[in-house]
Amino acid sequence: MRRVCEKIVEGILTCSGFVTSVAVLLIVVFLFAEAMGLFNKKVVEEGYVLAVNKANPVRRLSALQIKEVFDGEITNWKELGGPDVGVTVFRLEDITAYFSEEELGDEYERAPRCVSRVVAGHPGIIAFVPARFVEKDFPGRLLDDECVSFGEVFAGKEWFPTATPAPLFGFLPLVAGTLWVGFFAILFALPFGLSVAVYMSEVAGRRTRGFLKPVIELLSGIPSVVYGFFGLIVVVPLLQRVFGLPVGETGLAGSVVLAVMALPTMITVAEDAMRNCPRAMREASLALGATRWQTIYKVVIPYSVSGIASGVVLGVGRAIGETMAVLMVTGNAAVIPSTLLEPLRTIPATIAAELGEAPSGGVHYEALFLLGVVLFFITMLINLGVEYISSKTGRSK
Amino acid sequence: MDKIDAKHVNFFYGDFQALKDISMTIEEKSVVAFIGPSGCGKSTFLRLFNRMNDLIPGTRLEGEILIDGRDVYDKSVQVDELRKQVGMVFQRPNPFPKSIFENVAYGLRVNGVKDGEFIRHRVEEALKAAALWDEVKHKLKESAFALSGGQQQRLCIARAMAVSPSVLLMDEPASALDPISTAKVEELIHELKTEYTIVIVTHNMQQAARVSDKTAFFYMGSMVEYDDTKKIFTNPGKEATQNYITGRFG
Repeated sequence: MRRVCEKIVEGILTCSGFVTSVAVLLIVVFLFAEAMGLFNKKVVEEGYVLAVNKANPVRRLSALQIKEVFDGEITNWKELGGPDVGVTVFRLEDITAYFSEEELGDEYERAPRCVSRVVAGHPGIIAFVPARFVEKDFPGRLLDDECVSFGEVFAGKEWFPTATPAPLFGFLPLVAGTLWVGFFAILFALPFGLSVAVYMSEVAGRRTRGFLKPVIELLSGIPSVVYGFFGLIVVVPLLQRVFGLPVGETGLAGSVVLAVMALPTMITVAEDAMRNCPRAMREASLALGATRWQTIYKVVIPYSVSGIASGVVLGVGRAIGETMAVLMVTGNAAVIPSTLLEPLRTIPATIAAELGEAPSGGVHYEALFLLGVVLFFITMLINLGVEYISSKTGRSK
Repeated sequence: MDKIDAKHVNFFYGDFQALKDISMTIEEKSVVAFIGPSGCGKSTFLRLFNRMNDLIPGTRLEGEILIDGRDVYDKSVQVDELRKQVGMVFQRPNPFPKSIFENVAYGLRVNGVKDGEFIRHRVEEALKAAALWDEVKHKLKESAFALSGGQQQRLCIARAMAVSPSVLLMDEPASALDPISTAKVEELIHELKTEYTIVIVTHNMQQAARVSDKTAFFYMGSMVEYDDTKKIFTNPGKEATQNYITGRFG
C-alpha cells in the first residue's frame, strides 16, 4: 500500500515537472511562431498597392523610402534612382481634388477608372490605393510587393508601427532604450545595493538587521505601478527642476525608478551569499591578524562573488523586463538615446502600450511579438554571461 | 621560561560558565595538549589565547591571560597585532578561495607587506616548514581547493606560520584527516616545536601522547589535571583522568 502511494507521489512530481517545462517551451514556441510571421508580411498595408506611372523606371521602394516619400521628405524621383521628375503623392482621399463627385459616381463606382486616369496623366505620381480600385487594364505599374526585411527591422532606426502606407519597424531605438535604462539602473543600484548588503551581513547588529531586512523585502512587494506613480509624482518633477529640462520624463527618471526596484532583490541575494561565507573562513582571516574590513573585502566578498553576481543579474533581469514603471516615467519617445536626459522607450513598455491597439495577426502585432523574442534573447544572454563569469571566477580562485 | 600564563580564568557564554577557575603556565617552545570529552571547554580555553572568542556576542572573561608577560585582554592590546603573534590552525582545513600562493601570502599582505620578493621568500619558507613545498611548488597558482584535505590542512599551517607567530594554536588539527595525513601533521608538530610554542586540542589520546610534552585534562569546564604527558598517560594523579584515558567514559 505504502509503495503504491509513493509511486503515485513520484508520478505526480514527475508530471508536474514535465508539465512545467512543456508549458515554458510552449510559451517560447508560441512567441517565435507569432514573431516569425512578420517576415512574410508585405511592407505595404494589406489590401493596398502602390502604383506609379508606366514611364517611371523605379521598381521597388523600401519601407523607409516609402515613408519619406509620403512624408514629403523626398520630393524628386532622382533621389530614388528614377528620372528627374517631381514626386506627386496620391492617396485615395485626394481623388476629390482631381474629379467631381459626379465623375466618381455616388458609390465611387467609377473611382477605379479615375485612379487609372490620374496615374496615367502624371509622370511623377505615386498612388496609394486599395487593390480593388486597380483595373484589369491598369495603365500604370504596380511597385513590387516587398516583404518586411530582416535588416530593416534589426538595423532600422525608426519605429513608426502605424505609419501608412508602409509602417516602419526599426528595433534599434527600443533595444537601445532598454539597454540604456537597464545599464544605468544597474550602475545606480550597484553601489547602494552592495553597501547595504555588506552593512546588513557584516556590520549591522542583530536588532538593526531584524528591522532592515523586512523593510527591504517589503520594497520588493510593492506593485510596479506604485513605483511608476511615485516616479511620476516625485522623481520626474525633481529631475525636471534640478536639470532645468523641458520634460522630466527621461531615461534618467526610468533608471532611478528601476534602480530602486532592483535594489531589494540585489540586496537580499547578495546579503544571503555573504552570510553564507563560512565562519571558518572569516575566523581564518581574523586569526592571521586581518582586520574586520580586510576580512570583508579580501575574503567574504571574493568568496560570495558568484552570489553577488546572481543578485545583480536578478536585478538586471527585473530592470530590463520591467514594464509599467518605465512606461510611466520615461516619456516613451522611440529615439536612440544619446544622453540620459532625454525621453526614451523600452521594449516592454512598447509591447504593453501598443499590443492593445495592434490588430491581432497583423504586421504590427507580429512586430511586437518579435520584440518580445528580442527581449527574451537579451535577458537570456545576460544570464548566460553572468553564469559564465561566476563559474569562471569560482574555479580560478 | 613561561610563554603563556593563565591566572584564574573564568569564562561565560551568557549565563553559562564554560571555564571554571583555570590556571596554567605553558613553557616556551613546548607542546601542550588539551584533552577531554566534547564540551569540556578545551577549545574555548584555547580560543582565549588569540581572543577568537571576542567574535561571539555575550561572552565574558574573568582572570588574566599573559603571553610574554603581557595581559592579552588589556585595553592597550591591538587584537590584530596579538593574532599575528598567536597563530591558529582550525579543526577543518579552511583555505581561502584563492591560489595556493595567495593563501600563504594572505597574512603578510593584510599586514601591509608589499615587498614581492620577501613575500615569495616567506611563502616558500612557510610551505617548506609545513612539508608541503615539494608537493605544490609546480602549482602555486592553482586553487587551494584543488588540494586534498591533508594538504589543505598543511597549507593552513603554512599560512599560519608565514606571519612568523611565536605561538601556534591548533584546534583538533587532524580530526578531519585520514591516518596518513594525520601522521604527517604530527611529524610536522615535532619539527615545529623547536621554534614555536604549540598548544593543541585533540580528541585523540594517542595523538596527545605522541606529540605533546605536557597534557591538560579538562572536564566540565574545569582543568582536572595538568602534568607531563608521560605521567598523565602512565600514572595520572586523578581518578577522572584515569577513567578518561582508559576509555571508561568520554
